[in-house]
Amino acid sequence: MKRVYAREEVCAGCKLCEVHCAVAHSAYPQDIVKAFLRQKVKPIARVLVEENRPISFALQCRHCDEAPCTKACITGAMQKDPLTGVVTNEETRCVGCWTCILSCPFGAIKRDETGRKVAAKCDLCSSAGTLPVCVQHCPNDALVFAEEPGWRR
Amino acid sequence: MPISLSTPNFLIDRNRERCINCQVCVRQCAFEAHSWDAEDERVVTDDLKCVACHRCVTFCPTHALSIRRFPLEFRENANWTANAIKAIYKQAETGGILLTGMGNDQPYPIYWDHLLLNASQVTNPSIDPLREPMELKTFLGRKPDTLRFRGGKLAEKLPPQLELEVPVMFSAMSFGSISLNAIKSLARAAADMGTFYNTGEGGLHRELYQYGEHTIVQVASGRFGVHPEYLAQGAAIEIKIGQGAKPGIGGHLPGEKVGAEVSRTRMIPEGTDAISPAPHHDIYSIEDLRQLIYSLKEATRYEKPVSVKIAAVHNVAAIASGIARAGADIIAIDGFRGGTGAAPLRTRDNVGIPIELALAAVDSRLREEGIRSQVSLVIGGSIRNSADVVKAIALGADAVYIGTAALISLGCHLCQKCNTGKCNWGIATQDPNLVKRLNPDIGAERAANLLRAWEHEIKELLGGMGINALESLRGNRLMLRGVGLSDRDLNILGVKAAGE
Amino acid sequence: MLREGEIRIPSGCAISGIMNKRGRVFSGEDIIKSIALMHDRGNGLGGGFAAYGIYPEYAEHYAFHLYFDDERARTTTEEYLAAVFHVAESGQIPTRRVGAIKNAPLAWRYFVKPKPGFLGETENEDEFVVRTVMYINAEFPGAFVVSSGKNMGAFKGVGYPEEIGEYFCLDEYKGYIWTAHGRFPTNTPGWWGGAHPFTLLDWSIVHNGEISSYGANKRYLEMFGYKLALQTDTEAITYAFDLLLRRHKVPLQVAIAALAAPFWSEIERMEPAKQELTRAIRTMYGSLLLNGPFSIVLGSSKGIVALNDRLKLRPLVAASKGDVLFVASEESAIREICPEPETVWTPRGGEPVIGVLEEGGDEHAN
Repeated sequence: MKRVYAREEVCAGCKLCEVHCAVAHSAYPQDIVKAFLRQKVKPIARVLVEENRPISFALQCRHCDEAPCTKACITGAMQKDPLTGVVTNEETRCVGCWTCILSCPFGAIKRDETGRKVAAKCDLCSSAGTLPVCVQHCPNDALVFAEEPGWRR
Repeated sequence: MPISLSTPNFLIDRNRERCINCQVCVRQCAFEAHSWDAEDERVVTDDLKCVACHRCVTFCPTHALSIRRFPLEFRENANWTANAIKAIYKQAETGGILLTGMGNDQPYPIYWDHLLLNASQVTNPSIDPLREPMELKTFLGRKPDTLRFRGGKLAEKLPPQLELEVPVMFSAMSFGSISLNAIKSLARAAADMGTFYNTGEGGLHRELYQYGEHTIVQVASGRFGVHPEYLAQGAAIEIKIGQGAKPGIGGHLPGEKVGAEVSRTRMIPEGTDAISPAPHHDIYSIEDLRQLIYSLKEATRYEKPVSVKIAAVHNVAAIASGIARAGADIIAIDGFRGGTGAAPLRTRDNVGIPIELALAAVDSRLREEGIRSQVSLVIGGSIRNSADVVKAIALGADAVYIGTAALISLGCHLCQKCNTGKCNWGIATQDPNLVKRLNPDIGAERAANLLRAWEHEIKELLGGMGINALESLRGNRLMLRGVGLSDRDLNILGVKAAGE
Repeated sequence: MLREGEIRIPSGCAISGIMNKRGRVFSGEDIIKSIALMHDRGNGLGGGFAAYGIYPEYAEHYAFHLYFDDERARTTTEEYLAAVFHVAESGQIPTRRVGAIKNAPLAWRYFVKPKPGFLGETENEDEFVVRTVMYINAEFPGAFVVSSGKNMGAFKGVGYPEEIGEYFCLDEYKGYIWTAHGRFPTNTPGWWGGAHPFTLLDWSIVHNGEISSYGANKRYLEMFGYKLALQTDTEAITYAFDLLLRRHKVPLQVAIAALAAPFWSEIERMEPAKQELTRAIRTMYGSLLLNGPFSIVLGSSKGIVALNDRLKLRPLVAASKGDVLFVASEESAIREICPEPETVWTPRGGEPVIGVLEEGGDEHAN
């Protein structure tokens, strides 16, 4: 399956990926200004730029083959789609117990308290049906959406 | 501590209705003009630090930023401009030489903008480059007096030539003045487009050896990075006598830009200023130059053309004639608008002459002496677009060098702060945080696109003139007419006035 | 109004050429007929002919054809000629009265040999003649050297070519090569010297077209001492051939490859030795490449070469019958004088038509 991979040698550390991820998952996915200024609480990004200067790279859910979060989930809200392989959190079933957050070895799951308390994570923009927005909007091509392992030139 | 009289040059205009306080600008500005106020939870700016590089404006996801000139009015004075006054404040504070980057920005006449091109009509059809072959291939190097034949075949090989698919090359910009990623971008673009780039006086980094066939290696007065393997890698060798931005003085790489890689490639200690002497200390006269040219030819078994790069100064025609007779295969002339990574402001803005006049003078002089075929002429400083290229060839150049234009294609915004090493675009810096901002994949694509676009435009202009091969444009001054030029200018350029 | 040399005058035209490869001579009637057929390609402002083999009794002398504006120009020039040449014979070029031909200059011819004492240290007779011709054209106002080859002559002026042919009684001459030109200049030159052909020694060029590379060609040729006084394309082409063939002594095929070079795409498909040679030619002689539409006929005592530009932007047709080779801007101009040729063909752009005088060909047989 295709995943998002980071090329840290060209990551500019700008965090535009975080901005666009947050907007895409907000109440105003097409309007950055409204997404940030209209919502009472700022929208959550599901990708985080890890930094230890001069190194930086964007990290999001790896959609693991054996996803610990799916095993940890007490309600079964966290599922790996058998066809696409994408691991998503069904928010209607999520009770915000944060067990998945503890179990994720990458720290890729966030607490979303903008509405009901639910766990938020990268869904490869599968609900929007587009190429992941972090990849689309990275200004320096530091993120690629590719099959592993052949993506490194 | 006495107050500084420096006031901001630019004003950062933030539209608070659109600013989402994402802090992208804070993270991207190496000059620290933007910062995060944790207490008020918003981004604030220090206009004094802004250099108008537009990094923040470009990256702001909501286009909330704009850069304006700082609205500080001096009493109107045509003689003492704001810049003239502020320069004195700075020197009163520092007692030092004012340094700057890139090329002369003063309003001297631009002769390219006074030259117009011909088009064929009625008596001679124009040629459509989409339907007919349009050949831009050119060869740089010494041409023999005659060809020798034996049995219908060529008896003697030509002297070594550089073969260019398009008559534009990337000018000398050293590793040190610009980042390795920038050079990689240019090297790859040159390889893709069948042309050449120039190492400048920074030596050749190992990772660039793979592009050796498209590399012109430079031997400058500091002899940085010059060793036998270096010479062996290049397709041609260029002796740098001078450059247009700072004729009469040598290269200058501030210590801030000499990191580990630069140190290794240049063969100098880390953190030290790399100052190249003004003359080569083994070239004090023309015969010494001849000696160096032939030393280099011997060292490379006469397999590579040797070029000599000079700045355009007053007696450039005589100098060029001397250089041709000293054995150079190519003469590269850099006009006073040539760029640089660092130069004293006054030298950059007041020394040297326009390349258009220098080119015309050199081409005419070499023809008068009957030695024009002995060298190819490459000119630079500043070629801004494809029309400048066509005009340059019509005046007599074989090819052109682009420096500033190439960097602009990589993202440069001409803020002229190259000497600080804080280039936000990852070009004129060695700071690893900044260097990675220039993705060589993207940079190579952009630089190659620039050449591609100019190639198409040059073909259109040539076709319009009824020409389908570049060699028929070279030195063809009848294809040019001057507008708004004095008789003297027209005379020196060897061009008629429009209407004649 | 400025004339040729003071200003550049482009023109469109008609050309024709006939050669008997065995060297058998024939009268100028045929060439006049041929060029007259293409009357509408000209506008009556220029016509001319070159003829080879017409002075067999003075075959070893340079036959100078000169035009003078007035008697004073003639006497001054003749003084100079007598000083540096042995003049075997001189006289007016015979002419007929033709209604349309007005304001004709005085046309004289001289059969000369250079006086050895005046040759430069390393100069041969040809080089001496080239030098003196350029000297006369530059320094003697009112005098113009129309041709200066051995056993050949150029006849040209302002008028339709058939009128010029009649004026100079060309039907009474016999030569083994005849070329002709009719001109359509886009100005009113009013000057006889500006018509085609342009000659240098025994080279003659008739040319239809306009070369856009003129500026580049001119500045290259000037480096070798040629003075392009007439500012015409034909002059530049003639000097280019002279430089390549006489001074640099390159084979004819190489000269043609320099002037009408194959495209790089073609060169890449050549076999290695030819590719190396052609690349060297283009690299070396790039400044002589003729760009722009042209069809030319180069005449010399050894034969003719007809050539088109690489894109074939001007017409050129060739035909042969027996020993005779025909080239012309139009097939009709050939069929006018040879209704049943054996072969007729249209050469491709850049592909020359070459007629070489056969060894042992008897130039003087009738």
